[in-house]
Amino acid sequence: MSARFATGARVQVRRIFPPGHVRTPHYLRGHAGVVDSILGHYANPEELAYGRDGLPRRALYRVRFRQAELWPGYGGAQDDSVVADIYEHWLEPLEEVQA
Amino acid sequence: MHRHHDMGGAPAGPVVPAEHDYAAWEKRVDAILRLLTARQVITVDELRRGIEELGPGAYDELSYYQRWIASIGNNLLEKGVISVDELGGRLAAVEARWRAAGRRGEGG
Repeated sequence: MSARFATGARVQVRRIFPPGHVRTPHYLRGHAGVVDSILGHYANPEELAYGRDGLPRRALYRVRFRQAELWPGYGGAQDDSVVADIYEHWLEPLEEVQA
Repeated sequence: MHRHHDMGGAPAGPVVPAEHDYAAWEKRVDAILRLLTARQVITVDELRRGIEELGPGAYDELSYYQRWIASIGNNLLEKGVISVDELGGRLAAVEARWRAAGRRGEGG
């Protein structure tokens, strides 16, 4: 199966706040990260949670974020990161505004 | 909008790692979930949704496996695997048996 984003791609977590069962942590919404790896394709847990089949399967990515970008006034090392598993439908390509 | 359980990044106290033994009822709850998922009666995703839907009060007050069994019960009611009357009757019978045995439990 195909995946929209390649390893190393810059992505942004969609800044949306739907009700119900969602699998993307609130603190990551709207933040930019880098695709660390592609974990495979899985039935969508946000649909499985309501007794549906979750098909079609969605690509699941491991995305790395910089802690310093997530938390205002972060006091740790500047290269500290956090890695989260995020489904493709939660990600958008990050438009490179800087040349 | 985000649900109460989605509290990553919120202020909190220190994490206290502590090992503990599981009570017999906790192991039983674990076994019930394994059976229900193996037989494709419910998914772990439905379990998680059910835990989230307990709401802020119950979510904080119930223990880990209490949250599990509350969600399992609600999921089985939703699916019609058991009825409210059936579950209520069994809970009353178990409680009566417990009292008759002269034991005072903490919901166990």
